Amino acid sequence: MLKVDHLGKTYGEGDTAVEAIGDLEFEVREKEFVCIVGPSGCGKTTLLKCISGLLAPSRGEVRLHDQRIDGPPERMALVFQEYGRSLYPWMSVRQNVAFPLRRKRHAKREAAELVERAVESVDLTGFLERYPWELSGGMQQRVAIARALAYQPEIMLMDEPFASVDAQTRADLEDLILEVRRQYGVTVVFVTHDIDESVYLGDRIVVLTPAPTQVQEMLDVELPDPRDQLETKELPEFTRLRAHVYRSIKRRGQAADREAVSEERPAAVGS
Amino acid sequence: MTARRRRWLAAGLEVTVPILVLVAWGLWSAGSNNYYYPPLTDILSTFADTWLFERVGSDVVPSLMRMGLGYGIAVLVGIGLGLLLGQSPRARRAAAPIVEFLRAIPPPALLPFAILVIGVDDSMKVFIIAFVCLWPILLNTIDGVTGIDPTLRETTRMYGIEGRERLWRVMLPAASPQIFAGMRTSLSLALILMVISEMVASTNGIGYFVLQSQRTFALPEMWSGILLLGILGYALNGAFVLIERRVLRWHRGAHASALS
Repeated sequence: MLKVDHLGKTYGEGDTAVEAIGDLEFEVREKEFVCIVGPSGCGKTTLLKCISGLLAPSRGEVRLHDQRIDGPPERMALVFQEYGRSLYPWMSVRQNVAFPLRRKRHAKREAAELVERAVESVDLTGFLERYPWELSGGMQQRVAIARALAYQPEIMLMDEPFASVDAQTRADLEDLILEVRRQYGVTVVFVTHDIDESVYLGDRIVVLTPAPTQVQEMLDVELPDPRDQLETKELPEFTRLRAHVYRSIKRRGQAADREAVSEERPAAVGS
Repeated sequence: MTARRRRWLAAGLEVTVPILVLVAWGLWSAGSNNYYYPPLTDILSTFADTWLFERVGSDVVPSLMRMGLGYGIAVLVGIGLGLLLGQSPRARRAAAPIVEFLRAIPPPALLPFAILVIGVDDSMKVFIIAFVCLWPILLNTIDGVTGIDPTLRETTRMYGIEGRERLWRVMLPAASPQIFAGMRTSLSLALILMVISEMVASTNGIGYFVLQSQRTFALPEMWSGILLLGILGYALNGAFVLIERRVLRWHRGAHASALS
């Protein structure tokens, strides 16, 4: 359904040009949960911005249902890492979740139901009239997720959404996202730098190389559903996968370092 | 000392110190024969005779009307133009030298021009007040719009919020803390320019009254006018702060939670 086709992105021009994404190619299937993992500074955010249409690629293209993406599509939602800065602080939780629905031209009652259902699915029903800054970090990110769900996207992009919450909240949010994904039947592209998280959540993992980014490896995660923070993580298959991904990233990182040293110039690092 | 007691003490100081100053002034000026500094009691009784409420209709109302109209125009034009310029770097560059030049002109220097071109009626005063109040509001609005968080901008784009929705429900609220800061600066400018413009060419108004009293050696009247202007400025600022607190409640909340 989503096809990243020879995607490349270079920032700047001439001598100062930085190649963030070299040549990326992969596909995301309907209802799939794809985790994109790679070393820090490997252009994960750049990739998501190209997929979402917020950033124009330098080479290649991204297609959704065979349509080239050249701006944010209506069937796509994006959840940012910085939840605190992506919610509108002057709007209540209800208003925040309802605001993007105006584009969809629902009937009033229908829109209200979408909002309430989404807020209920992230367990924030009692907080509809509160303001984002009255809530904890984890709750704010849940508001952002509810807003994305109410928008009824076919595909939801998530940019390290749980990177700035504490470990316990993070585990709760991971289970929550698996649960709402089942409820809403939405396709998820989830960017993370946390290997455990990518194995725990994903149906498939795309491992990226350091910048200029390419696909290092694609892995199917064959862990039983529903996943469980304790049981799943105790399975030999989980341990095997996380070790595999870890080595895959590490090996490539070292290779890049050696290459950089031998050429006597600093390794190019994208954002 | 508990926070509660400290607050009461602060509030108490705010009330008692001005009263003490007034009492000291009253004692010092009591039985004064100094022509320029009449006894406070004289000033206060003149104040009551003049402003409660004999000259309210003839001087206070016209003054406030000019000020309100000039300020109102500055607010509307400043915010409107600011939202426009804030969204376009190119327009901002083109407008910058003009804006910087116009706002650098000391406002009273415009009075002779305004009198000549517009005349000595109310519209001249409204023009001067609006012209001067415009700049802080305009520049702050531009600042507010350009300073909107990139993540918030991208969220808005991602959800396809554009046009009027984007303007009224995203840009304007996001810029409102800066807009209010500009409006507050302009409010004191409006009062100053109201007085100055009434001193130059007018037949009524508080500024006219103060100057006229001085020229006719009615010193207690002059003092009472100055007192009234001080009270007006204080009250206007107080009212403004109340409104600002209400409108920007979310901003204080968000700010406080970001710091904690």
